[in-house]
Parts: sequence; structure tokens; C-alpha cells
Amino acid sequence: MNFHFKSATAASALIVAGGMAFADCGIESGSVRILSNDFEALHAVADWAEKCASDTVEVTRNQTEEHKNIQVPALSIDPATYTVAIVATNSLVPLLNDGLVRPLDDLVAKHGGQLTNSQKIIVDGKIMAIAFMANSQHLFYREDVLAEHGIEVPTTFDEVFAAADTLQAAGYATPLSSNFMPGWNIAAEFVNTYLGTGADFFKPGSAELDINNENGIAVLENMKRMLDYMSPDWATFDSNAQKPVWEAGESVLSLSWGSRAGAYIADDSPAPEVAASTAFAASPALGDNNIPTAALWWDGFAIAKNISDEDAEASFIAMMNGISPEMMAENASAAVWLIEGYEPTKAASGVIDGLGKGARPYPMLPYMGMLHTALGDNLSEYLQGKESAEQALADVTAAYTTAATEAGFLK
Amino acid sequence: MPHKTFLAFIWPSLLAMILFIALPIISVAYQSLYVEHEQILVVGESCGPFGCTQEVSVDAEAMSQLRADQPAGRFNGFGTYSNASHLATDEISEIFATSENFSEIRTRIMNLPFYKALAFTLAYTFVVTPLVIILGFIIAVVVNSVPSLLKGPVIFFSLIPMLVTPLVGSLVLFWMIDSRGIIGAGLQALFGDPTLSLKASPTLTWITLFVYGVWHSAPFAFVVFYAGLQTVPKDTMESAMVDGASRWERIRFVTIPYLMPLATFIALMQLMDNFRVFEPIIGFSAAASATSLSYLIYNDLRAAESPLFGSAAATSMLTILGVIILLLPVLRRNWREFNRKT
Repeated sequence: MNFHFKSATAASALIVAGGMAFADCGIESGSVRILSNDFEALHAVADWAEKCASDTVEVTRNQTEEHKNIQVPALSIDPATYTVAIVATNSLVPLLNDGLVRPLDDLVAKHGGQLTNSQKIIVDGKIMAIAFMANSQHLFYREDVLAEHGIEVPTTFDEVFAAADTLQAAGYATPLSSNFMPGWNIAAEFVNTYLGTGADFFKPGSAELDINNENGIAVLENMKRMLDYMSPDWATFDSNAQKPVWEAGESVLSLSWGSRAGAYIADDSPAPEVAASTAFAASPALGDNNIPTAALWWDGFAIAKNISDEDAEASFIAMMNGISPEMMAENASAAVWLIEGYEPTKAASGVIDGLGKGARPYPMLPYMGMLHTALGDNLSEYLQGKESAEQALADVTAAYTTAATEAGFLK
Repeated sequence: MPHKTFLAFIWPSLLAMILFIALPIISVAYQSLYVEHEQILVVGESCGPFGCTQEVSVDAEAMSQLRADQPAGRFNGFGTYSNASHLATDEISEIFATSENFSEIRTRIMNLPFYKALAFTLAYTFVVTPLVIILGFIIAVVVNSVPSLLKGPVIFFSLIPMLVTPLVGSLVLFWMIDSRGIIGAGLQALFGDPTLSLKASPTLTWITLFVYGVWHSAPFAFVVFYAGLQTVPKDTMESAMVDGASRWERIRFVTIPYLMPLATFIALMQLMDNFRVFEPIIGFSAAASATSLSYLIYNDLRAAESPLFGSAAATSMLTILGVIILLLPVLRRNWREFNRKT
């Protein structure tokens, strides 16, 4: 009761603070139109950007999972439908490729005093976007089950497989789970594991693929070995399908998204005992590379090019309010914030652990999306045992080469 | 009807067909001949929250100049049609040149994305279409002999699969066949095999999709046949009865010949619909084991951050070609019947 009272006071204090920010935004006039993905942390950012609305400043938003598909056409027209595009590592790339977002150096110099250097996304020497949160996949584990069977939290895949053997012997038929659904998800798993080898996907400075080698094969063999410990329905698992399996207590070790961690341990979880004993750590390393097998992602915002300078300035200032430390104070556990003064919560511990152990970023290359698609379409036959790892990599290479040639990246 | 009157009646729909069917198809055909301009790349320092590296990026300014000069892109002729993601002409000739026996040729061709999708699309079309016609006919005959008091409710329940949105219907079934769902768990108990999963094996996934297709489309055939059954001439039927024809003989020699044109109509509609099979693949998360031509188009347009319009357009044109080839025998038959009558 006491606690509730305190948090209510704190919340109202923050609302007052927010109300003061309303007057403090300092935008004379303009229109701010936000396009973003649809999840809790981005709602908070948009809510705080909206506090800058006044009689002369209009702030609207469209938060939808379809944002990736509408952003290019919406920002191509003049004036653009949206002034702010909230993007991630991969979804900024098509905007950059088509030159639809503006360099932010002057706006950062004028209004970006609150930003740290690591928040500035610099492409070819110019600030093109501002990052405000990080995300990556990591290990989810059941503290109680591991302790019961005397298993240490695994840090390498060899330890994961040893732990899974022990768990299978103890009656857990499918102790491991991961997002192996063909398409985007399985490609992300390949990318994550491949980054753990320390190798790059492309030959330096070119769009030529460089995964058709022993690293690629090691990654595929590791993925196939995981199947021995996973549900036979692995080909239908994305992060939505994984969560109920976790809550049912069927899996003990899982590789899933950091942005989902909060929901796994939430107070209103349908399986409170499972939620209470769920904990997080960095993704396991592959072999003795000591690099967590997880790509680091950032979420941030970019400002459209085809809008007036006045709207661009208004949008930037509103977004500075959206990603202000005050916003973060109110939503500390909603994300792994990259904002100055961030104190990690339990839900963030997996991502932070991965960052500390040297996980590598998802490559922000113009042709990475095509590789991702080619991987998504061509790995499941190998995993189903219908073709060899070499054939799967050859299929990926063929699909990527065709797409990259059509898109003009390869001759 | 004089030509002038005919034209007066037809022009609004003709205009709509040109605007909304012919022109889009022409623009897709045009698009399929073009690909993106060659990208002008620059290497520069890129930084983010996780450090700085020398990275490649696109020179957007130079590219926008290129696009302004030639908005459709780079002319590629039929290059997109023949590349590895479509007809794969080079790959096929290489397969024929280097394979040792027929089964190797088949395996290697079935590994090419277009042919893999085509194989499932054709299998789906030719398994589901006849089953829909047969099952629809059986339901219609059965419902027609149900006492009139029950007819209303029975017809309503028979129509439900068709009323459900395809994506929703497939999602409902997807969760029912899950190993924790009622059908999945029931099958496991029935066969005494706790690892049985309809989602895991490619063969079972194909069968699941076929069953779904029949379940979803049979009501359509049923409705058409049921309407047709109401118009079967009573006197022919009665004279058949007087001649001592059994119930089966009446169906075989009176009803079926009478309903044949309807069966042709249903076959036409179903061939077209089934050749475009798409929703169940998404709904059942079946892409690991089954892809269709429509799924390839969807994948080109939606999976990547930057859509591959040329590739999607080429697959679309090949799909249209496929539908035309499929429908030719049925249309020819219709045309001959039409000529015989006039």
C-alpha cells in the first residue's frame, strides 16, 4: 500500500514535470508528424514528443508494425507525409539508399546538447539519425531449473548443449527454444551466430558475399545441432510462438529478443512461478571465439528531407523532448535506453551483458537486407535434413546474387 | 441485339476493366523488363552506439540524378525472367549437363525457388480442385434430401468455412493442429506417437494445406450445385423413376449430366483461385515446406527492406501465363459448346 502511494506521488510529480516541459519545448510553430513501429518504448517516446504540441505546433503520430513498408513511399513525396521516421539499424538503410532523410549536424549543434556521442548515427561523416535505445537477442534461462540440476549458466554453445543433455535426461524433452521460423527470424539467427565467428558477411568494400566458407558451415551445423533439443514444431516458432512454450515450462533455455524480456518477467505474467525464476544473460559464444552470438541493434529517429526547414527544426526539438532523461525516468524498464544517465533494470541485463562481452552490431550495409531475405528463404531445407550445408550456402549465394544484381549492387 | 445497344450497355464495365485490369497488367509487364540502376557506392566512416567502422553506403545524390533521368530503371529485357530466381535457364541447362540420372535432375530442379513454388502450386491446384467439386456435389445431394425443417441450419453450417476469412480460418486450424491443440493432441493419442507433429514434416504440411483448401472451398461448390439441383427437370426425373432407375442411376444419368456445365464453371473458378494459393501458407507458417508463386511475389515485395519490383513483376507475369495455360482446355471446351449452340 505504502509502495503504491509512493509510486503514485512519483508519477504525479513526473506528470507535473512533463507539464512544465510542455512550456519548455521552445518551438515557435511547425508540424511534427511521427511514423514509428508499435511497441511500448516507442509509445513512451511519442507520448513525450506530443507534449510539445501547442496552438501553433501540431504533433501527430502513426504507430504501426507496417512502418517499414510505408516509410519509403511516404517520405518520397514532397512534402513528405511524415517529418520523423523512427527507425532501427536495418530500416534506416532504405531511407539512406534513396536519400530521403536529411543530415542532422546543424540541428544537433543547435538543439542536441543532451545527446551523447554514441547516440549519433554517422554515415559517411554526416549525422543521419539519433539512436535512443538498444536491442539484441540473448539467453533466457530458468534459474530454478538450472540450480535444481546443478547447471551453471552456459556461456558457450558447448555448455548449452551439455546443459540440454542433462535436462533431456531429467525429463525435459525440448529444453531449448529459439526463433527458427523461416523468413526473417531464421535469417536473424544465422546472422547472430555468424557474427559470433568474428567474420564478416561481405568481402571488404564490396557487395560480394563471403559466407560460403568454413564459418558458414560451422554456423549451420551449430543451428542444426540445436534442433536436437528443440520442439519438432521449430519451423513455426517466432517470438510470439515461443513465449507460451516458455510459460508452459517446456523450455529452460531460450534465445530471444531483449525487447521481449520485460514481458517474460512482468507481474501480470500468466505463469507467475516461471516469470519469477526467469533470468537473462548474454548469448552463448560459438567455439572459443568469446563473442556473444547476437547482433546489436539500435532504435532511433531520422528526419525527412522533403519537408520545410521549419518543420524539420520543430520535429527535432519535439523528438529531443521525446527522448529526454525525464521520459526515461518514467519508463526506465521499457527498453535498454542509450540516453545519458540510464540505469539498467533486470529486463535489460541480457542486452547489457552481451554489450559488455563484445557482441557485434548488425551490419548497416545497403545490401544487408537482401542477404537477410536470401538467408530466410534458403536455410530450412538444410535444417530439415533435405540438403547439405554446402548446398544451402550455395542456394543463399545464388538467391542473394540474383537479388543484388537486380538491385544494382552487383554487376 | 444491335451492336450499338450492346456497346451502350457494355462501355462502363469495359472502361472499368481497362482502367483497373488491363492498364495495371501492362504496367506490371513493363516493370518486369526493368531493374534498378547500378548503385553508386561510397566508402566512408560510419559510427553508431556500438563503435565506428569504414562502411559502404549508397551515394544517394548521384542516384537521384540517375533516377530522374530514367525513372523506370535499367532496361534488362527478359533477363529477370531467365535469372536464378525465376525460370533459371542457365542453371537448368547446367543441371542437365552435369547430372547423372533423372532423380538427380529432379532433385536439383526442385531446389530452384521458382520450380519449388510451381511444384507446390500445381499440386495444390490439381489435388484441391477435383476434391472440392466432388465433396461439394456430395454435400449438395445430401443437403437436398434433408427434411426441409433442418435444411436452413444445415446449409448455414455447411457455409461457415467459406464465410471465415482465409487467413483467420487457417490461423484457427493452425492452432488446432498444434501439438497442444485439440486436433494435434487427438492425432497423437490416436496414433500413440507423442512426437507426431503436423507442422514438422513437409509431407504432412502439404496434406494439411490440401485439407484446408478443400475445407475452405467445398462450400462454394456446394452452393452452386445446390442451386443447380433445384432446377433439375422434375419430369425427366420422374420418367427415370418410372423406368425403374435406382437413386444412384438417377444421379449418374440425370443429375450429373444436367449439372456438368456448373462443374465446368466451378472448375474454372477453382483453378484460378487455387493457382493463386497464398493465405494458408502464411496462416500455417508453412513456408519451410511449401511455397507458392503468390508467396514468391509477396516475399519479393515485403520481405526485404527495399522491394524487388522487377522480380515480383516477372513472377506476376509468369503466374498470369500459368493461369491462362491452366484455363485453356476449359475455355476451349466452353467455346466449342457455345459454337455448337449458335
